[in-house]
Amino acid sequence: MANGIGDTAPSPDRTARDRGAMTAMVVSGASVALALAGGLVAALRASDTNNTFLLVFVLAFPLGVFALWFGRRAETHIVDRDGPDEDEQLARLARRVAVAGIVLSVLLACGLGVWAAWTGLEDVQEIFFSLPDLGDSAGLVTDGFLLNVKIFVVAEVLVLVWGLVVAVTRELPGRAAAPLRWLAVAYVDIFRGLPAIITIYLVVFGLPLSRLPIVPGTDASFLGFDQVEMLGVLALVLVYGAYVAEVYRAGIESVHWSQRAAAQGLGLSRGQAMRYVVVPQALRRVVPPLMNDFIGLQKDTALLNIAGIFEGFAAASNYANNNFNLSSVTGLGICFVVITIPMTRFTDYLVRRDQRRLRGGGVGAAVTDVVGASGGRA
Amino acid sequence: MTPVVEIRGLVKRFGFTTVLDGIDLDVTDHEVVCLIGASGSGKSTLLRCVNGLEPLSSGTVTVAGRTVIQDDIKLNRLRRDVGIVFQSYNLFPHMTVMHNVTLAPRKVLHLSTEEAEQRARPLLERIGLADKASAYPDSLSGGQQQRVAIVRALAMQPKLMLFDEITSALDPELVNEVLLMMKDLAQEGMTMIVATHEMAFARDVANKVCFLHQGKILEEGPPQQIFTSPKEERTAEFLKRTLESGRL
Repeated sequence: MANGIGDTAPSPDRTARDRGAMTAMVVSGASVALALAGGLVAALRASDTNNTFLLVFVLAFPLGVFALWFGRRAETHIVDRDGPDEDEQLARLARRVAVAGIVLSVLLACGLGVWAAWTGLEDVQEIFFSLPDLGDSAGLVTDGFLLNVKIFVVAEVLVLVWGLVVAVTRELPGRAAAPLRWLAVAYVDIFRGLPAIITIYLVVFGLPLSRLPIVPGTDASFLGFDQVEMLGVLALVLVYGAYVAEVYRAGIESVHWSQRAAAQGLGLSRGQAMRYVVVPQALRRVVPPLMNDFIGLQKDTALLNIAGIFEGFAAASNYANNNFNLSSVTGLGICFVVITIPMTRFTDYLVRRDQRRLRGGGVGAAVTDVVGASGGRA
Repeated sequence: MTPVVEIRGLVKRFGFTTVLDGIDLDVTDHEVVCLIGASGSGKSTLLRCVNGLEPLSSGTVTVAGRTVIQDDIKLNRLRRDVGIVFQSYNLFPHMTVMHNVTLAPRKVLHLSTEEAEQRARPLLERIGLADKASAYPDSLSGGQQQRVAIVRALAMQPKLMLFDEITSALDPELVNEVLLMMKDLAQEGMTMIVATHEMAFARDVANKVCFLHQGKILEEGPPQQIFTSPKEERTAEFLKRTLESGRL
């Protein structure tokens, strides 16, 4: 019974109150006091030319973090030794106070910072968030943005296909396919390395000069795109096709080789194994990184304004130049953010649904299927 | 009787390591051959050479009158007649059980979906998994998955089945259901090459047992002889160690 739980004889540790808990309490109390004091000083003394009070918060914040860390350490120490309950509670209280100190210092710092910088922020608000200008430019900007949407939707579909073609080409077996593999590698190396803006310049301005027969003429039109817009889409497909090809390739190579062995062991050819077994599994795995590239592609449609395409950014900066107000650009920014969020949530949902299905959600369906099948036979 | 499998002087090297060092083996129709031996003795590689999943370094392998050579089209044809089941089941996780079983008959033998399912359903019923036809592999136990993998190979109506330590990854209580299924297959006259650590199974079911050691077939013969009076010292040693670990 020397060290058992029911041991009633006070161990040496139990007699002395723990100093760590006390210290933690003092430090966390100090951080709160400092934050409050800073707030008080600021309320009395601060003006938009005098922001020195922020220094107080700069001290109060790390003090709170330190108190939190120290309080946790003290608590662990006390619990490890089965120290007195009062000390344990004190340490826990110290941690709560420390959290209060941290929150307080952050909130006060932000609030007072905004208050002190108010006139400056008013200017910012005037130029970037002016409601009348947002309203006035909305029609122009959304019209332009619709072109961005059209461009990225078409480009994304093409990128999905093109990226897979490049990735599969890179994985082709055999000596005969070597030149194709080299081409695929060279393409990815070049277009992944080239800044998108340079690719856009080269494709939109350079390709028509080449007079290659495949280049659309100046009067060509496809899906409502004119020549320059078509070339703009092509430029984006070339840039993002290279990224997406690598994403696909990583997905293809992440499928364990035994899956291929099993497929080929059943008599499927390499191509069939790829098509029915490897690629479907690879696609499921690459959806999240693919999303990343798609959002990048969506944002990069704004680069097309340098090629003279009157998309959202061109429209917004046009408004900004005429009215000396940048709220139109803010409005466009909001458009871009708003359109990506539902897409991200939607793909998250799709991925989760797919995983649920593969993890055995299909058993219920199996029963009805068999019942249906036997019913059909009867 | 013409042999279904005829292996002559098979050598397989991975870089500088020789994994198979001159294997000669005949398997006749309806024969069950068990390959025993320590891990790394070359059992799996030998099976994988028989259906061309590993290119041979030298020697010849003939399966059902077709020579195994590194030619994609010929290999695809040969593999139709040779079913292989792996230790790690390797079911396709993105397909239902039914889809797993019918994929090869549909794509390789060009059966219609109905024909393929007609072929698959009795097989699934036989292993008692007909009600799992629309389930995904992840929702099945290891034993169930392995039995589906066997059925998937059988759906191609192969002339020869290769089993690569298919019970090694299973929980002990699931091993028996898979072994029973193999026993049934053997009794129905399927020609089988079985790499295994299940000595009791080899003793009961095999017509011939081959003991592999360092890439060579050190000893082969009927199970009674191998298990009771092995000629080679190493065979005796291996069996003794296996016995000690409670595997016999």
